[in-house]
Amino acid sequence: MDMDVPTTTDRVSLREELEAVGIEEILTQLDRELIGLKPVKTRIREIASLLLIERIRKRMGLTSGAPTLHMSFTGNPGTGKTTVALRIADILHRLGYVRRGQVVSVTRDELVGQYIGHTAPKTKEILKKAMGGVLFIDEAYYLYRPDNERDYGQEAIEILLQVMESQRDDLVVILAGYGDRMDKFFASNPGFRSRIAHHIDFPDYSDDELIDIAELMLREMNYKFTPEARAEFVRYIALRKNQPLFSNARSIRNALDRLRLRQANRLIADLDHVLTVDDIKSIEASDVRASRVFGKGGKSAEAD
Amino acid sequence: MRITQGCFSFLPDLTDEQITRQVQYCLGKGWAVNIEFTDDPHPRNNFWEMWGLPMFDLPDAAGVLMELNECRKVYGDRYIRMSAYDSSHGWESLRLSFIVNRPKDEPGFRLERHEAAGRNIRYTTTSYAADRPEGRRYG
Repeated sequence: MDMDVPTTTDRVSLREELEAVGIEEILTQLDRELIGLKPVKTRIREIASLLLIERIRKRMGLTSGAPTLHMSFTGNPGTGKTTVALRIADILHRLGYVRRGQVVSVTRDELVGQYIGHTAPKTKEILKKAMGGVLFIDEAYYLYRPDNERDYGQEAIEILLQVMESQRDDLVVILAGYGDRMDKFFASNPGFRSRIAHHIDFPDYSDDELIDIAELMLREMNYKFTPEARAEFVRYIALRKNQPLFSNARSIRNALDRLRLRQANRLIADLDHVLTVDDIKSIEASDVRASRVFGKGGKSAEAD
Repeated sequence: MRITQGCFSFLPDLTDEQITRQVQYCLGKGWAVNIEFTDDPHPRNNFWEMWGLPMFDLPDAAGVLMELNECRKVYGDRYIRMSAYDSSHGWESLRLSFIVNRPKDEPGFRLERHEAAGRNIRYTTTSYAADRPEGRRYG
């Protein structure tokens, strides 16, 4: 019976509360590991503060019902939507808003069935797995196909909406997708728009941010640019950006993977050379310059 | 007559919150949780109908409760039980089973005495509910 008596307190030290939750640590980690994305970080900070205050209010016996935390992430490819979703789950878990903190990441295929009667069990299966955590629906606009009236996507949407409304305490739904198509999706599904409290837009990265991202990625892979290579890579980014199918950080990662390939090839070419750790780690300007982006000036797409 | 089968059956009916905690315990142990229903309450009726598939890869009990509520919507007038199956080597059997839903009215059992040769008596229990055809036994 003791547990049922609410322990109300009059005074709460905000600092102690913050430290107890360990939220500050995640937020600084977010600042450090995610480059740019100012509006996103601000919003996450706001949400974290709200939940922290909500926690304290609960302890003081001032209940106000859990806030709705369904979100939509819109932005161009490679702007970090999935990465942020993973972090959000961690933050919500630490603040006790979701019980388990797992992220179930799905696309249309996992929610929508192939024939009549297939969709509902499939969607429910996913929802069950996501209970107590975060359901991340990537490219959510595919759920709705306006050209096909009998598309089963509509059924999945209805089940989702119902659970989003009735089991708000049990899971947080995050929809992600490219900006313009998500706008169309919300326009044709007003129910979704109103049930989502936070619409967060992910901006494109600037050139400086992209080079920072590249260096961070290299550091994580235990590589580094030589100063000349870095200068070349700055040029590379400027050129690559103007080519079609540029997808921000994802293109950078692909470019780095190709750099590693070329670096390995260069090292292998000279079998008599005794390698130092520095040699193995360094990416030279020649590795960058070999990229096709410099040569054909815009004809190749994601190829090199 | 209130039937007493499985765990907790001498206690008052579990609330949804209590069911959630039990299910969470089972999921935490890695057991597969099943929802089963029947309208034949005979104690030797081992094989109840299953509602959906066993649930074992869920991190949280809320998903199981969602299924239970669905099942209650359809078969709320029957017995529903949760069972937890432990598939680990050496166990490979049910670890826990408890009733989570029962009909409003439980008519109980009739005891039949069958007089056999030499003043022997054989006993049979029959549920009054089972007199009616399946699906029309309660309400």
